[in-house]
Amino acid sequence: MVAVAPAVGSRSGEPTPGRDSTRRRPTGRDRSVHPLAWWAWALGLAVAVTRTTNPLVIGMLLAATVLVVVVRRDDSPWARAFGAYLVLGVAIIAVRVAFYILVGIKAGGPVLLDLPSIAMPGWATGVELLGPVHLTGLLAAVYGGLRLAALIVCFGAANALANPKRALRCLPASLHHIGTAIVIAVTVTPQLVSSVVRVRRAQRLRGQDDRGLRSVLACALPVLADALDRSLALAASMDSRGYARSQSGRSDARITAALLVSLVAAALGTYGLLDGTSPDWLGLPLLAAGAVIAVGGSVLAGRRVRRTRYRPDPWGLPESLIAACGLAVALLLAGALGMSPDGLDPSLSPLTWPSVPPVALVATLLAAAPAVLRATDPGAVRSGGSR
Amino acid sequence: MIAFEQVGVTYPGQSGPALRDIDVRVEEGELCLVIGPTGAGKSTLLQAACALVPHFTGGLLSGRVLVAGRDTRDHRPRDLADVVGVVGQDPLAGFVTDSAEEELAYGMEQLGLSPGVMRKRVEEVVDLLGLGDLRGRPLADLSGGEQQRVALGAVMTSQPRVLVLDEPTSALDPAAADEVLAAITRLVHDLGVTVLLAEHRLERVVQYADRVISLRGDGTAFDGPPAEVLASSLVVPPIVELGRLAGWDPLPLSVRDARRRAAPLRARLAGSIALVPTAKPGTGPRSAERAPVSAPVGPASSSPAVGATASEPPATAPLGAPALTVRGLHVRHGRVHAVRGVDLDVRAGEIVAVMGRNGAGKSSLLWALQGSGPRSGGSVRLAARGDGVRLAARGDGVRLAARGDGAHLPAGDVDPATLRPSQARRCVALVPQTPSDLLYLDSVHAECEAGDAQGQATTGATRSLLARIAGAVPAGAHPRDLSEGQRLALVLAVQLAAGPPVLLLDEPTRGLDYAAKRRLTQVLAERAAAGVAVVLSSHDVEFVAGCASRVIVLADGDVVADGSTRDVLVASPVFAPQVAKVLHPLELLTVDAVRAALAGDAMAAATR
Repeated sequence: MVAVAPAVGSRSGEPTPGRDSTRRRPTGRDRSVHPLAWWAWALGLAVAVTRTTNPLVIGMLLAATVLVVVVRRDDSPWARAFGAYLVLGVAIIAVRVAFYILVGIKAGGPVLLDLPSIAMPGWATGVELLGPVHLTGLLAAVYGGLRLAALIVCFGAANALANPKRALRCLPASLHHIGTAIVIAVTVTPQLVSSVVRVRRAQRLRGQDDRGLRSVLACALPVLADALDRSLALAASMDSRGYARSQSGRSDARITAALLVSLVAAALGTYGLLDGTSPDWLGLPLLAAGAVIAVGGSVLAGRRVRRTRYRPDPWGLPESLIAACGLAVALLLAGALGMSPDGLDPSLSPLTWPSVPPVALVATLLAAAPAVLRATDPGAVRSGGSR
Repeated sequence: MIAFEQVGVTYPGQSGPALRDIDVRVEEGELCLVIGPTGAGKSTLLQAACALVPHFTGGLLSGRVLVAGRDTRDHRPRDLADVVGVVGQDPLAGFVTDSAEEELAYGMEQLGLSPGVMRKRVEEVVDLLGLGDLRGRPLADLSGGEQQRVALGAVMTSQPRVLVLDEPTSALDPAAADEVLAAITRLVHDLGVTVLLAEHRLERVVQYADRVISLRGDGTAFDGPPAEVLASSLVVPPIVELGRLAGWDPLPLSVRDARRRAAPLRARLAGSIALVPTAKPGTGPRSAERAPVSAPVGPASSSPAVGATASEPPATAPLGAPALTVRGLHVRHGRVHAVRGVDLDVRAGEIVAVMGRNGAGKSSLLWALQGSGPRSGGSVRLAARGDGVRLAARGDGVRLAARGDGAHLPAGDVDPATLRPSQARRCVALVPQTPSDLLYLDSVHAECEAGDAQGQATTGATRSLLARIAGAVPAGAHPRDLSEGQRLALVLAVQLAAGPPVLLLDEPTRGLDYAAKRRLTQVLAERAAAGVAVVLSSHDVEFVAGCASRVIVLADGDVVADGSTRDVLVASPVFAPQVAKVLHPLELLTVDAVRAALAGDAMAAATR
């Protein structure tokens, strides 16, 4: 693999004899990977996860995702938030299981726990509260929850690895304004927090003790006034620096139509892609058609916005490889599902112990590969670099 | 380049116009300075030049403003973005992105410049303003001065032909301010950029100005060459005041000009300077009358300290017992070691100014002294509230609501960090950098009442303090509608109502005009005379020269100089006030001191 840097490289960037300068990107020592590459990789993993219900395969993919995040994330608040996604994943599984126990359809398989069932009044016939917990149903709930949790973790991984603000900078010119709005909204929150801290600290100087509604009110007024002043100053600053300069004010009907059509196509296409049972034409073809229409509309809209981008993130070999890893994982599992569904969809009736098909092993290694594309941590290289 | 033609601006809900009959032309390549007291309409004039008035602020604009031939009536601010660059008072509020380099590029992205051009200009501006170390860092992590430099850089990358700068150096230390001003003058001289600049601290910029627009305070303005305008202006820098005193014509605007003409004055003063110590007591604000009141500060008032400091210029009261004792103070913010082992003794009646670069640890020091800021090592001891305080309180008509309250405070020396907020404020008061953070009620009257209650002072105490500090402030006014000086006075009154023996002020002069600063100097001198120990941080050397009796210079958290104001300031090339630079080697810091010395000279001549 060309892009695997020697294992001796360290995060601190200190010169080491093993790392020769020709392998390094010319753009500087702290060049980060293009955010869209991470999104492509995470999307590939997400698609792969939806192709299977095998908990072992999902678990392996999940482990690969976590490994890559732990190795490759930086020290930004976004990256630190990854733990929250893991917690959310666990919560999803718990909720799914709780719902099965509470209202799930109890049939088939050995009974694990014989809970009394609570009869519902006439208007809710067919719904049974509690009742015996069957192994099959419970496992189905766990598998389903695990799959959803893995999807969430994939999303979290993309967020942790690619600063959303940087990702927004990759938006086409026509979406620039939306991107700016999101960036400002994201920036305002920490400012508000620091403002609250500052005001509370100042109010303690007045001898105000920290508790009670009074202190909340006393804090809220200066903070809100501050936020208002600041947003006015920001708007003035943006205005006088040329923001929204080229917008003429009238909207183009063609752009609106293109946007609508592509949105619908994207929604249906995503559904088709993620739901393995839907007809073939509903998946990729529709998604592709939606994308083409969206790009067309975007180009059309982008013509009206005259702005350029400063130092866009370059897309190099590592980016291509990372994106390719994600794509390969998705294709491998989708293909494997088509050829031999048994390995990826372990039967629940009769109950069988899930096995790990060889293709899943390959997919996992591919998913974990980005951990060593441009190595950052010597330890991680050894664990993931076996292929 | 900028033409104001019969311009008037009236804001909705205001009785009178903010500006009227402004008829000024600023030619291409001029550096035009806008001066005037607070509230005279400086910001309005600047905003009119970049079309923010009326497109953004609302209000009625009469007459017309032409900028590079474009009429602001039908050009919105964004349509002027390629010819006008604007930097506001608070740099952080104007940032759109979150890293310095992206901020530098933002304006150019909006203008649609090619990536190659953007890259080149960013590098140029980074070199021009010395932003190399900052480029990748998050903007929120930068110090105030660094932020202002980035804000200036972000405007300069668009290479506008007009720069509109509203107090660009108000947050900067003298050295950083000079750096920024040098960059601005380079733009003016080398590239012919037209600059419209508002500034309170004229001593920094007036020498660079080609034209001055002076706002009279009633909405009208007059303009002309700096020397002419300043001869009759309400607000003048110390150097012009000195020139007026010495009768120089035309008035000198730079230290260099003044120095070349000051030889006769220096000779005359050199003869009378021996008389200065005897003339001194009269120059202090009413120190002679107040001395009996504050004399019984304690047995320590006859300590050697008095003898040691008697010759210091503004030391108006005999110094009392130590009010604040600091030993080995360390403050760490995460990885930043902001204060490193500071030892400090502040005596009652002393005004100590803490100076130093942006980020030198001044604010951290003050907050640690107050007790609520972080402290990672060392000790801070406040002397127990003594007689001096009660005397000070009596002087103000303030009575402690219950004398027994003192019993709640631990006897003897206390560490402010161990006190509850309500106790701490009766031992030490801090006015933070943004005083308005303390205000949360909807009228001055309500704030005063709350101040009485929280400070456990008698009803009306805050109100009468406010009247003493700021004169008449409308009781029904909303605190946000007050001028900067009035707001500071209100916070000062609220904080002083509890009669604390130690007063800390963090950058109190930001946004104050000369009149307000003079007022603040008087107020602090009165407090000090009443036995309060005052510690303030400031970048404003002229203010410190006129106000403080002792100066401490911090650098990277260490105390690098500690001595009387005269000793520290005269010797420093950065912190020396203008008068000291002009009259070097005479050790006179302020125009008032020169005036007193001259008066002493005249008196001596009369008696001879």
